[in-house]
Amino acid sequence: MNPVNTRKEVLEAAANLRWEVGPNLHDSLMEALYTDAARISDRVLSRDDARPAFDLDRTIDRLVTSRWLGFPIMMLLMAVVLWVTITGANVPSSLLSSLFLETLHPALKQAAAAAGLAWWLDGLLIDGMFLAMAWVVSVMLPPMAIFFPLFTLLEDFGYLPRVAFNLDNWFKKAGAHGKQALTMAMGYGCNAAGVVATRVIDSPRERLIATLTNNFSLCNGRWPTQILIATIFIGSLAPPALAGLVSAGSVMAVVLLGVGCTFLVSWGLSRTLLKGEASAFSLELPPYRPPRILQTIYTSLIDRTLIVLWRAVVFSVPAGAAIWLVSNIHLGGASLAEHLIQGMNPFGLLIGLNGVILLAYIIAIPANEIVIPTVLMLTVVSAGLTGVGEGAGVMFEFDSASATLAVLEADGWTLLTGVNLMLFSLLHNPCSTTLYTIWKETGSVKWTAASALLPIAMGLVVCFCVAQAFRWLGG
Amino acid sequence: MQPPHPPSACEVCPAHHPANLKRLGVNMDRYDFVVALAGNPNTGKSTLFNSLTGLRQHTGNWPGKTVTRAEGGFAYQGSQYKLVDLPGTYSLLSTSTDEEIARDFILFGQPDVTVIVVDATRLERNLNLVCQVLEITGRAVVCLNLMDEAERHRLTVDERSLARELGVPVVPAAARQGRGVPLLIDMIHQVATGSFVCKPHRIQSEPPALKRAVSLLVEKLRSAFPGLPNARWVALRLLEGDVRIEEAVRTGELAGLARAPGGTGAAAPAEGAG
Repeated sequence: MNPVNTRKEVLEAAANLRWEVGPNLHDSLMEALYTDAARISDRVLSRDDARPAFDLDRTIDRLVTSRWLGFPIMMLLMAVVLWVTITGANVPSSLLSSLFLETLHPALKQAAAAAGLAWWLDGLLIDGMFLAMAWVVSVMLPPMAIFFPLFTLLEDFGYLPRVAFNLDNWFKKAGAHGKQALTMAMGYGCNAAGVVATRVIDSPRERLIATLTNNFSLCNGRWPTQILIATIFIGSLAPPALAGLVSAGSVMAVVLLGVGCTFLVSWGLSRTLLKGEASAFSLELPPYRPPRILQTIYTSLIDRTLIVLWRAVVFSVPAGAAIWLVSNIHLGGASLAEHLIQGMNPFGLLIGLNGVILLAYIIAIPANEIVIPTVLMLTVVSAGLTGVGEGAGVMFEFDSASATLAVLEADGWTLLTGVNLMLFSLLHNPCSTTLYTIWKETGSVKWTAASALLPIAMGLVVCFCVAQAFRWLGG
Repeated sequence: MQPPHPPSACEVCPAHHPANLKRLGVNMDRYDFVVALAGNPNTGKSTLFNSLTGLRQHTGNWPGKTVTRAEGGFAYQGSQYKLVDLPGTYSLLSTSTDEEIARDFILFGQPDVTVIVVDATRLERNLNLVCQVLEITGRAVVCLNLMDEAERHRLTVDERSLARELGVPVVPAAARQGRGVPLLIDMIHQVATGSFVCKPHRIQSEPPALKRAVSLLVEKLRSAFPGLPNARWVALRLLEGDVRIEEAVRTGELAGLARAPGGTGAAAPAEGAG
């Protein structure tokens, strides 16, 4: 017999029999399954109920998902993780930067001089590419090596599903998926990692929302900018005893603003471009398990830290070259950087920033970590300050916040510039690593462009409004 | 409560060579057997995957962490195994992407052995999935994982009875501590090489009208696809109007599954593996 016909017969028979078994097939099948499973489990499972156990899991759950304590505990845990990351990263960061910048960099320069390398090649390779890479490694590696393991420990312990549980209602109201809480939390470490994590969301619509809004989680490349600017512009307004608290509070305010933007934009998207209702999902609250500390640290270092770091390094090298080139290519007596800064300055000042900041954000697209060093280097170039810095196209950072403040004020920075830089650091395009990841994950140029343009537009509008309000209030 | 696992006679026997296990990571140029890891979310599949392959797949204590399937390998007693870590699912009725990935792999990927990782502290719900997998494939090993947590909750599972009920080997384990892993590997090997023949449990409690329809359809399927190992399950899916399975019937893709008869035919007594 013709096999195609036999196969057709099977399908026809199935279609006919379907009428016979009626519409309750699925239910009766599930019932049969549950009956069998229950019967077997009854037969093989025995429980020692002699003394009722103090249920630790349930007690912890009652605390961390409670109506009143859930949110404070969440914020407290996050504050602790951030605090440990920020303070813990200081020492290894300065060790690495002294290794790269004070030992390796001069050594490379000497070697280049001995080899008789042309000045521009030496500048491009060592002052441009090498320094950018060194910056990214020394600023990015320590916080990531602390943040990711801490985060993974919380994950291993079983806390993350509780966060999702707490935030679920809010995300549902915003028309987004409750698991977006998990990807949002990942974004505080690295937006690229957060975007990859959106794979846990089934519905394509809700996954796109999570992808597009991940940038509103302040990634650890932006923490140094926030902390430095908060310290020198906002902390200094408060009496010295309170300075630390005030600046930490202002950083936390930026973080919460980011969370607010996440909900707002999710809500907006699910009512316009990505219309739809939040889909239902079941998330089991797993038992708490004592985290396996060494294994967790190892895997999170290998899986997350090194992969993200490697990508950042790959992208920072061409950026280093670009930074060096714009400051060293001269057109009619001024460097390209000076022309660009002059060109963008009016617009920058209008929105309460300046040309230096805008140019820095353009050439530092590969990694948010190099924004502050680039800003300082460009400020020195454009303000024509002498006696500070390392020369055109060489990124540097000051040892003390007060030295930084002196340079920035010499270039006309005010409190407004500082506040707006913090806001713009939250609300601007994701770094190129993240954009590349978004493109790879969505496979769509359109959505990649949207995820870059949406936050920039928001940032420009917010900065403009703040600048207007500031000027109006200030007279 | 049972004492926490004295070393079994086999483990102290001089003939026992845990060193037979070679972790191959992702370096597999050839393999003899394919092993799938299925199970409910958050039962420790990835942890087990890592301890078998020596890889460091990211593990985490939340359901839905594994979103794509990961592959790795190990060698045991001269055979090379390819291990596929499937996303965790509560059922195989393909209502979501992960269920579809897991289902399609178990059905069309034709693993030589499917290891069903089971949370011993949530046995009844996990058995739902076990029953569904056993409808699709008879070549399975149940890994009764998280035994340490079960002990902490003072739960005792009679793994011999469970193995008898399910008709496939049941290995108690605590993958986070590496407990039970050597025995599991050995059972995988036995099922893969055919020295242990499974006699999988099939759902029994369905209503009579359904039973009749299924047996009629199974007959048709048997003549269209001789040697199909899971005709009963395919019949059930067709009755439910599963589009993917209908397509597999129409295109004849299903005929490819009529390969080795697996553990369905032979009637060897199923043994516990405790």
